[in-house]
Amino acid sequence: MKLELAGITKRFGALVANDHIDLTVAPGEIHCLLGENGAGKSTLMNVLFGLLHADEGEIRIDDEPVRFADPGDAVRRGIGMVHQHFMLVPVFSVAENVVLGFEPTRGGGFLDHRKARKDIRRLSQEFGLEVNPDALVEHLPVGAQQRVEILKALIRDAKVLILDEPTAVLTPQEIEALFRIMRSLALAGRSILFITHKLKEVLAVADRITVMRLGKVVGAADPTAVDEAELAAMMVGRSVELVVRKEPPKPGPVVLELRGVRIVDARGVAVVDGVDLEVRAGEIVALAGVQGNGQTELSEAVCALRNPEAGTIRLDSTDLTKATPKAALRAGVANVPEDRQVDGLVLGMSIADNLVLDLFDREPFARHGARDLARVAADGEIKLAEFDIRAPSARETVGNLSGGNQQKVVVARELSRAVKLLVASQPTRGLDVGSIEYVHRRIIEERDRGAGVLLVSSELDEVLALGDRIAVMYRGRIVGIVGPSAGRDRIGLMMAGIAQPGPSESDGDNPPVTNLDLT
Amino acid sequence: MSAASLPSEAPERPASPPPVDAPPWRRFVRFVTEANVAMVTLLAVVGGLFVGAILIVVTTPATLHAWGELGSHPGRAFSVTFQTLGNAYGALFVGSVISPSALGHAISSGRGWTGVFTPISETLVSATPLILAGTGVALGFSTGVFNIGGQGQLIAGALAATYVGFGVHAPIGIHLPLVILAGAAGGAVAGFIPGILKARTGAHEVIVTIMLNYIFLYLLEYLLTTQPLQEPHQSNSISRTISSTGQLPHLFGSGLRVNLGLIVALAVAAGASWFMRRSTLGFEFKVIGANPAAGRTAGMDARRATILVLMISGALVGMAGMSTLAGTDFFLSTGYGGSTGFNAITVALLGRNRPLGVVLGSLLFAALSTGGRYMQASTGIPIDLTSVIQAVIVFMVATPALVREIFRLREAGAGKILLFTKGWGG
Repeated sequence: MKLELAGITKRFGALVANDHIDLTVAPGEIHCLLGENGAGKSTLMNVLFGLLHADEGEIRIDDEPVRFADPGDAVRRGIGMVHQHFMLVPVFSVAENVVLGFEPTRGGGFLDHRKARKDIRRLSQEFGLEVNPDALVEHLPVGAQQRVEILKALIRDAKVLILDEPTAVLTPQEIEALFRIMRSLALAGRSILFITHKLKEVLAVADRITVMRLGKVVGAADPTAVDEAELAAMMVGRSVELVVRKEPPKPGPVVLELRGVRIVDARGVAVVDGVDLEVRAGEIVALAGVQGNGQTELSEAVCALRNPEAGTIRLDSTDLTKATPKAALRAGVANVPEDRQVDGLVLGMSIADNLVLDLFDREPFARHGARDLARVAADGEIKLAEFDIRAPSARETVGNLSGGNQQKVVVARELSRAVKLLVASQPTRGLDVGSIEYVHRRIIEERDRGAGVLLVSSELDEVLALGDRIAVMYRGRIVGIVGPSAGRDRIGLMMAGIAQPGPSESDGDNPPVTNLDLT
Repeated sequence: MSAASLPSEAPERPASPPPVDAPPWRRFVRFVTEANVAMVTLLAVVGGLFVGAILIVVTTPATLHAWGELGSHPGRAFSVTFQTLGNAYGALFVGSVISPSALGHAISSGRGWTGVFTPISETLVSATPLILAGTGVALGFSTGVFNIGGQGQLIAGALAATYVGFGVHAPIGIHLPLVILAGAAGGAVAGFIPGILKARTGAHEVIVTIMLNYIFLYLLEYLLTTQPLQEPHQSNSISRTISSTGQLPHLFGSGLRVNLGLIVALAVAAGASWFMRRSTLGFEFKVIGANPAAGRTAGMDARRATILVLMISGALVGMAGMSTLAGTDFFLSTGYGGSTGFNAITVALLGRNRPLGVVLGSLLFAALSTGGRYMQASTGIPIDLTSVIQAVIVFMVATPALVREIFRLREAGAGKILLFTKGWGG
């Protein structure tokens, strides 16, 4: 089946999310739709799947124009979609989930479980989709749940399968398995529309690549003829640096001093157990480790969002051990939290209001208990330009922004105070290339201005690229502090709790330019 | 979003918004055909009156009889129906706003002006506590706090005001402000209890405030049988009467009951409006209501905000109890306040949690109940009909999608309509 999108245009108010998009997917082709967050990929797929209706343009299947009133129409015409967030019933079995909505029945309206299981086994074998039809979905790992979603589409006889950011939730091994499934589907003549912003994956699996930017198709590419840098340049519209440039650090006096910090969680388990750490002015200390080894709790303690059970936390001359979040903030801690949508932003409020969430009751944004709304609005417009936040105006609701722009709002707010210490937790998680580069540059600028930086990241590439010193956490303890020259193998072993660091902090041969891997 | 930033718009596309410089009539037409907040509310009122009309027709023997003879006298069925509805809704208007015949009489004879203004005065009198309590409840709702304790806070405010009203002896310039403040303080104390319980223990304010309603209801009944509240030498459960210096003076002479409480209520609504839009504390409340985690990260104290919101909300509801006590009743009896505490929730919903909306919603509800009494007296249609109309209005306001379907409205632009019940009980 050949699928064609011709001149698809979709507007939301003044925003043109899709601007005359042309796209053709040939039978048996893995077609990659590449673009930054907010480029309009998901809107386009929702139009194709009948969830949204195009203002202009038409969809053609085998040269015949079609109209999809709702997803049911799209499914009947052979289009299947696997959403980024799975649409499964956790307490149902795989077979029940797969047939949900068009259950095969025997006489008398009884469910035909045997036929459902048989169909699933057949499809599983045909395309290498290993999954037990009788397992409960809630017991399956994420990768298997995704295979259930794919089965759901295939059992409805999907000829074109839309995969919306399918790798975002998968481990590297699961990603490899997914790619094998995609290839076997393509070999069987089914087409795949693969939506992503990860360059490596595109090059690994795509037959054709279409790049979108700001609602427009900006180019098509042949994966054998391009490299990551070219694709990245097409995505963001300018040459991006795939490396992080930074000068050697000029460490000053200690700004943050942790002594014997012990943090106990709600269950009474010590999640941080006896941590000593110093961060100097003008250096970036990266806190590396597999998630869940106490990094989150430690960074929250530094921001006084939780208080340690034992030990001391000092910022310069201020004791933050038993401080309130407000006191930590006033003392000069900036906090870019791990989950920006939960801890960083009020999604229903405007950009301008979110930018003053910390200083709303102080001069010049308020006087005698009354807010100066004109001042807040004007300040918002200035920050919009200064921090390259892409929005029509500072009155725009933050929830309408892309992930990268939301993060820029958080960064803009936190760096607008007098910062002695910047705590950045997973600062580039889920961001596109352009925003990652921007956030990294801001963090380095903050260091060079003389602030101490505590970076918490589970991305080893980020840790190696930014960290002047790298502290590795394992089970609530710091197992060692090394320089970036220690190499990823050694740090990886430390993260697994295996290797002892040996003599460290000898970062004499710290290279000024570090390669940043883009996955 | 400004439409001016659009690239050239094709003029033949009707779905596209007209440019900002469109002639006023076009923008007006667009406004009234779109499911925005104002239109949905207005059409909900129309829907309520329509349902009321059907009930009148099917419950009035005369119209039923006329419709039974539709075959032989088709014209009569319609004329009787229109006459009945005209009488009923006419009485609703005459009883709540103004009587045209009394007005004409007053103009020609130069007398009887008091009678002309009595209906509107009565409407304003019953709107006064609704405005105060509705504003208090709305303030909580818009900050994510579901204060269902209107009844209890109202009683607490009235109790405090009564004690100060008969127990303090001072000139009116001192005594009256003290009574008003006592009402607010009583309500604030009643709001503090669920506030501190929520902040300290996480107890849900909906449960706590509902339970407190009973506690204050029966506390009032108990106090009304004991000294010093109970009127001496009385076996009835009624309180002492507050001194004249603690009473809210009438605005337009002794013949009309409308009193200073109305001015207080309007001032409070205006203050609440400013508070939510411009004050730093109001902003903090809104942030905590929308996302306490983000507020905490930015240095706000969510516990303090929760306690303060419930205290302020309770204080305004308490002032509602004070306004009827010091404005019209002057003493307490069992069951004081009736259903005002709950009607306040309805009015807050009708007014979309905005003080101006609460004022308009209170006036509508008050007019329906004062007009309903007159309608019952003059046409025999039971006053319960107005409760049905009120219920239908609220029902339709809470389901904007339904109103949009019934009246074939276009979808409003993003963010122009919000479902009130979002986050209820959260």
